Amino acid sequence: MTRIDKNATVAVSVRGLVKHYGATKALDGVDLEVREGTVMGVLGPNGAGKTTLVRILSTLITPDSGQASVAGYDVVRQPRQTRRVIGLTGQYASVDEKLSGWENLYMIGRLLDLPRKEARSRADALLERFSLTEAAKRPANTYSGGMRRRLDLAASMIGRPEVLFLDEPTTGLDPHTRNEVWDEVKAMVGDGVTVLLTTQYMEEAEQLASELTVVDHGKVIAGGAIDELKAKVGGRTLRVRPTDPLQLRPLADILDKQGITGLAATTVDSESGTVLVPILSDEQLTAVVGTVTARGITLSSISTELPSLDEVFLSLTGHRASAPQDAVPTEPEEAAV
Amino acid sequence: MSAAAATVTDTRIPLRGHLRHTGALMRRNLLWIRQDPESMMDAVMMPIVFTLLFVYVFGGSVGQALGGGHDEYVQYVIPGMIAMMSMTLSQGVGTGFCQDFNSGVMDRFRSLPIGRGSVLIAKVAVEITRMIFAMTVLMIVAVLVGFDIDNWGGMFASVGLSVVFASSIMWGFLTLGVIMKEAQAVQQTGFLILIPLQFGSSIFAPTSSMPDWLQTFTDYNPLSTLADTARGLMIGGPVAHDLWVTVAWSVAITAVMAPVAIHKFRTKN
Ligand SMILES: Nc1ncnc2c1ncn2[C@@H]1O[C@H](COP(=O)(O)OP(=O)(O)OP(=O)(O)O)[C@@H](O)[C@H]1O
Ligand SMILES: [Mg+2]
Repeated sequence: MTRIDKNATVAVSVRGLVKHYGATKALDGVDLEVREGTVMGVLGPNGAGKTTLVRILSTLITPDSGQASVAGYDVVRQPRQTRRVIGLTGQYASVDEKLSGWENLYMIGRLLDLPRKEARSRADALLERFSLTEAAKRPANTYSGGMRRRLDLAASMIGRPEVLFLDEPTTGLDPHTRNEVWDEVKAMVGDGVTVLLTTQYMEEAEQLASELTVVDHGKVIAGGAIDELKAKVGGRTLRVRPTDPLQLRPLADILDKQGITGLAATTVDSESGTVLVPILSDEQLTAVVGTVTARGITLSSISTELPSLDEVFLSLTGHRASAPQDAVPTEPEEAAV
Repeated sequence: MSAAAATVTDTRIPLRGHLRHTGALMRRNLLWIRQDPESMMDAVMMPIVFTLLFVYVFGGSVGQALGGGHDEYVQYVIPGMIAMMSMTLSQGVGTGFCQDFNSGVMDRFRSLPIGRGSVLIAKVAVEITRMIFAMTVLMIVAVLVGFDIDNWGGMFASVGLSVVFASSIMWGFLTLGVIMKEAQAVQQTGFLILIPLQFGSSIFAPTSSMPDWLQTFTDYNPLSTLADTARGLMIGGPVAHDLWVTVAWSVAITAVMAPVAIHKFRTKN
């Protein structure tokens, strides 16, 4: 069998994908498309079906119905071809904890049919690139969470995949480590790899993805370019802290009365001593800063915040993200596909 | 990188590929042992403890019943121990594999373009190595407690046959390890299979005093036939019937359980 559509610029195509576990509709008719060389963020709360989607796309499980293709290969009918062009970093560390970082990468190189010499040099090169050279000989169970994640990413890069699946690459990492992982992912994207990543963080999607698919209860509830979605959900929040706390209220009043185009009402957060200004565009941001400067109010800090996942959901669906279910991975129960 | 992508047409994995993959995975399982030498404890201790236990606890009385004493029992029980080790040590395969399965690394293996049987074959191959090691320990202990190896060829043949039988039941335990969720449940099920087979056999004592229905069972119990074959080969006596029953069991179990294990592994969700 050949590729369904070899010249397509669509790297991942998903149509009407359904996967039920008993009464649980893990996926309930999902459609999405990822263009070659872009990063698609799949955003959703716990239990939304993100992992199920990634597992189907990486040929680990088969869907009940619907169609999915990766790099032109049908994941159900051409699993072996699919496996040659994908890289996977699962939600739960998919490295061998008892092996050293180097041995992990060497083993995968051999499993991907690299000759011994090449498997060795590729392991060395990737450890270097992911700043793991010093820890190369230590067993992975002595690694920190961030190091393990980086090793995991390195492992999924050995086969020079065309399409990379990252399932919640930074969940559980501290902000510093999260930034490191983001940098690595950006570097991979720079190499031209198509990425589909799942996340629970709006900020992560903003950092890495160009397009977003928001899922909940196995259904796509919104999708599109990040900017469009941001506009839909109300964009960012500007947090302004006047040096003098007494200026808090006056500052809020000034901004409310200034008449900046389309600017929504501000809120005063007296606990943190800041004024919150919802902004939809960079123009509004500039106008706010201009107003503050013109009035001669000195600021000790100013920052922008993205809407949280909860806020995204609230504005897209009118309800909050479904309550987190058991965050602990439940091990797949039934076999038979 | 996508620019370099050529259409993947030939997806059949050549034999060399399978060997390479199995080799890489065996290396992984061997590195585990190096990383965690304690995992070899059972292979060292089990032959020692069980041999000493049976020889010194039952040796006198069963030996008497055999028409001799301690020395007669040693000659009787050591071939039995070979059979027993093949079963007891194989049982750990399922537990280990179940734990392994619950770690994310299996997902990675299953998303790689390798034959999925390689993962299981590598596991069996490394367990066989462990088994041979344990058998060596067993034979050393045996000599120390007074076992006479009159027939070296017979001894190697016995050990070889028990390794063949062990590799067949490993596929059964592997299947348990793949289909069951908890390593502990795998272990318990393993014991439920193992205990009646071990005690309802001629491993520790002759079966002549057992009730008829039990003798019928023991006659075709592969552990009896394995033990009796080993006795025949090492000490003398008829082996043909027991040998064929053992070989038939080994072939049958492998023929059924290996494909089942691989299939279950392939389709596990
Ligand atoms: N093997 C399985 N057996 C039974 N139910 C399952 C199985 N796998 C997933 N589910 C259920 O399907 C739903 C979607 O699960 P999935 O793991 O895809 O969610 P997720 O978006 O990845 O969540 P999280 O953010 O917690 O990782 C959940 O309700 C989950 O309990
Ligand atoms: Mg998940």
